[in-house]
Amino acid sequence: MNRTVGLWLLVGIVGFCALPWYVLEDGLWSFEWLDGYPYDTDYAPGLFLLLQGEKLWLSPIAFLLALPLLIIGASKRNINFSRILLVAGGVGLFYLLAQGFAIGIRGWNADVFTQSFGELGDRQFGFGFGAMFVGAAFLFFLTTGIAARGIVNGDVFVVGSIGFVIALVGLFILYPVLNMLSSALQTNDGVYSIGVFFSKFFSNKIWGLGCLTENRSCGVAWNSLVLAICVGALTTLLGLVFALVATRSGLRQAHLLRPLTVLPIITPPFVIGLAIILLFGLSGAVTTFVADLLGINPTRWVYGLPGILIAQLLSFTPIAFLVLIGVVEGVSPSMEEASQTLRASRWQTFKTVSLPLMRPGLANAFLLGFIESMADFGNPLVLGGNYDVLSTEIFFAIVGAQNDQGKAAVLAIVLLIFTLSAFYAQRRWLGKKSYTTQTGKGDSGIPAALPRRILFPCYVLVGIWGTFTLVVYGMIVYGGFVEVWGLNHTLTFKHYITAFDINFNDNGIHFKGSAWDSFWTTLRIAATAAPLTAVIGLVTAYLLVRQNFSGKNAFEFGTMLSFAIPGTVIGVAYILAFNVPPLELTGTGVILVLSFIFRNMPVGIRAGIASMSQLDKSLDEASLTLGANTWRTFKEIILPLMKPAIVAALVFSFVRAMTAISAVIFLVSAEHNMATSYIIGRVENNDYGIAIAYSTVLIVVMLTAVTLTQLLVGKSKTGRRSSAKTLPAV
Amino acid sequence: MTATIKSKAASVEFRDVSKIYGTDVTAVDRVSLKVNAGELVTLLGPSGCGKTTTLRMIAGLEMVSSGSVFIGDNDVTLLPATDRDVSMVFQSYALFPHMNVFENVSYGLRVSKLGKQDIQEKTNTGLELVGLAGYGDRLPSELSGGQQQRVAVARALVLEPQVLLFDEPLSNLDAKLRRQVREEIRELQTKLGLTVVYVTHDQEEALAVSDRIIVMRNASIAQNGSPRDLYEQPTDSFVADFIGEANIMDVAINSVDAQTGLAEVRIGDLQLQLASRDIPVGPAKLAVRPNRIILSSQASGSALAGTVSKSTYVGNHMEYVVTTDHGEWFAVSNDVDATHGVGSDVNVQFSERGPVLLPH
Repeated sequence: MNRTVGLWLLVGIVGFCALPWYVLEDGLWSFEWLDGYPYDTDYAPGLFLLLQGEKLWLSPIAFLLALPLLIIGASKRNINFSRILLVAGGVGLFYLLAQGFAIGIRGWNADVFTQSFGELGDRQFGFGFGAMFVGAAFLFFLTTGIAARGIVNGDVFVVGSIGFVIALVGLFILYPVLNMLSSALQTNDGVYSIGVFFSKFFSNKIWGLGCLTENRSCGVAWNSLVLAICVGALTTLLGLVFALVATRSGLRQAHLLRPLTVLPIITPPFVIGLAIILLFGLSGAVTTFVADLLGINPTRWVYGLPGILIAQLLSFTPIAFLVLIGVVEGVSPSMEEASQTLRASRWQTFKTVSLPLMRPGLANAFLLGFIESMADFGNPLVLGGNYDVLSTEIFFAIVGAQNDQGKAAVLAIVLLIFTLSAFYAQRRWLGKKSYTTQTGKGDSGIPAALPRRILFPCYVLVGIWGTFTLVVYGMIVYGGFVEVWGLNHTLTFKHYITAFDINFNDNGIHFKGSAWDSFWTTLRIAATAAPLTAVIGLVTAYLLVRQNFSGKNAFEFGTMLSFAIPGTVIGVAYILAFNVPPLELTGTGVILVLSFIFRNMPVGIRAGIASMSQLDKSLDEASLTLGANTWRTFKEIILPLMKPAIVAALVFSFVRAMTAISAVIFLVSAEHNMATSYIIGRVENNDYGIAIAYSTVLIVVMLTAVTLTQLLVGKSKTGRRSSAKTLPAV
Repeated sequence: MTATIKSKAASVEFRDVSKIYGTDVTAVDRVSLKVNAGELVTLLGPSGCGKTTTLRMIAGLEMVSSGSVFIGDNDVTLLPATDRDVSMVFQSYALFPHMNVFENVSYGLRVSKLGKQDIQEKTNTGLELVGLAGYGDRLPSELSGGQQQRVAVARALVLEPQVLLFDEPLSNLDAKLRRQVREEIRELQTKLGLTVVYVTHDQEEALAVSDRIIVMRNASIAQNGSPRDLYEQPTDSFVADFIGEANIMDVAINSVDAQTGLAEVRIGDLQLQLASRDIPVGPAKLAVRPNRIILSSQASGSALAGTVSKSTYVGNHMEYVVTTDHGEWFAVSNDVDATHGVGSDVNVQFSERGPVLLPH
């Protein structure tokens, strides 16, 4: 008997005969469904539905699921083995999805079916655990069948993993995004119309150039573009300055710059925006000080482009720094020494050798800054004023009075076009060029010192930026202890007490503070998403680094795609796609977990790839020749050796899940409120004290998590630590 | 300790095996070979000749593009590495850094689900066999290069594989250790009667360790024979040049005696009668090993006159370059006392079994 087939057959049978077929309103763990199970049609497993003569369209599924029983004893070499599995898996998967999409809450989902088959007179809800198990069984029947055909050396584990990742990416990235595209083509009444799409797409609100000729605001697309280009260029410049000072100045304190790279990871995206308001807002410290000094009225100058720009520069410069420090260190000192021995001055050397060698790194940093700025939602929301950008405009199209999903989808497409183009440019342009100056041989040269005319301005910039960052973070801590900012600067614990009050009474601990609810939800959801993200990321990295199969490039592109999809777009795509059966997830914690997994998956993949590339391939091969199969090799050799990468991926995805806002704000519900959306809510009510106090708590929690990890990973026995350091800047 | 490590040695056979990467890179081109049970065969060749690919196809780490592979009587062409009864010792040793020596050596036994007792005994026997009894608790990083190498051998041995593969096992060891380890490998192989396929690019190592050597060039087999055959009877100038150093000169065969099979060759005043090796009358090549060239100031019999243009003392022998009317000859002499100085006239002669005719 074939164990793989047996296992998945068992999973399928449990799914069909024992678990509730449809989605449960109160979740599986409430066990509320046991009342009425297994006969109540809302809770019944597929088998019981059919036995009662209900939902008869499910009967082919039972047949297809039972099909592999025919070959349960057959050998893998038997031609019928792969044939039956391919049919059962392929047709089963297709039919399962087809019936799910065809029949919804109101019967047939499309008029075509009503016309061909007549009124159905019945309806169904979204897939539940039963359907999910059966779907998994079909998927792995299919991959086992494909493996039996000899694809990828007939390796069941590898083909299964590939199928699994493709299914997930298809279901949770491609399907929502394509679904969003199709809803952009629809009018509000659900009629498809290219005309409506074009009129929305080319609307003046998006592409208008009013700001150039008259005193009106420009289209949001131009606003976003201008902002992103400014942020990209300036963060690159600042990042380069920092990298040069850190590596080339010979300053002993330069290593103090390194911790800066941690800041963007642990700071929720809108927190900098909040601090800017405390400083430069209408009642901000600097604004009032300057106004008093000059005897003028304080203005709202900071709201709009200047404010967003400052906030994003503070947020994203460390990312550029992280990218460029590697690049600057990568410029081989002996090349600069060669240039100097050829009688070039320091300045000439810098201009003609060092800088050109850094060009790809500079382009990379620019594109990262560009994408981050485009995707940023928190800062524009807090500081935007009348300067509308795409990400906030999408939000208001959905949650505002307009509730225009079509418009949101169109805006999301514009945003997606921008970020995907940048992503594509980055891969296309940088993938081909090699400016590698590291030869693998030891380089005994000494990096050239910077020419003075560069060094001095660098010090000034670093000084200003450093001070400013300190002030900003100081503000965040201080602001949480102030009664009412701008009016009453008495120190108080009021905000912390409101948010995080704990009562000890006879019944034990009572978390009375208003923030506890969202705090625990956030921790729980981030802690659920993190291991799943790490697993999927590492399995994908394993497939990309260690296995060869046709279509690998497309596979890689698909898995890295979500990096280029801004959170707001994912948010919109998810509520459009998962609001209706067959995948009804809106309002659940599951949809939050899913959005985190697929938003952060590229991080896990990059970390996995970085660390796996350091593992000699002959270790896998040794294990294979010693009789272990690929699964065993993965489990016993690769996973233990990748411990540092796993821990890093875990913490990184945990922290990112805690700080995320852009996708989250669309997906939260009263029951599952997240810390970040709670804070944004307080900001919108001008309740800055609690917002800032809460942000401080988040930063401290995450700082602790990151520090602990670095200590843990640093002590790892095998001593391969490079993975932890090479975490990508995303 | 009762466990012993036996050999289940089996033969390996390639029938018309090719390996093509992508669409047009041929790594191995229609190779057929056979390794008998209990034999140590070396695959020797310059880098990129396909020897490592051939080895990996025996292991099942690469799948053949066409042709078939047999181990013993079984067709294993489609079996992946996991399912073949073949162990391999890697160039980098590939010891698992997160496991200690005992865990490394017992890994294959654990994977094949042997009983605890068996695993314990076999692993200890294996470690004893390579002289590392008592090292079980060490981590690979705490061992010297030679010891790591032995752990890798023990790990492959304890599975009692039908075929044991070595991929350039000595290349990470220093020169002195190399000789010792290769002798140990050979000793183990003879003692246990293992079938071993061994890949190296070092011709001296190949000559020292093998029952038979298969020389590969450009994805196919150039020559297949015993070390002495290869060294003394190379089939063409590639093999002659690759295995040891050789002077290879263009010559002409004047006549071949049909009865004795001896060919008559003339180089200047030097007359030679050599085995024709089925090479017809006409242009041919002559290969002479440097140590088979005799230089003397006064010759008896026919000789080639020349002048010493380089004379180098390298410790245990002398190296000369002699310029003649028929090319430059590189010669080696063990006589380090009576030397020929640069510019002195010498007569060049070959020792009895020295020169070999090669096809043009």
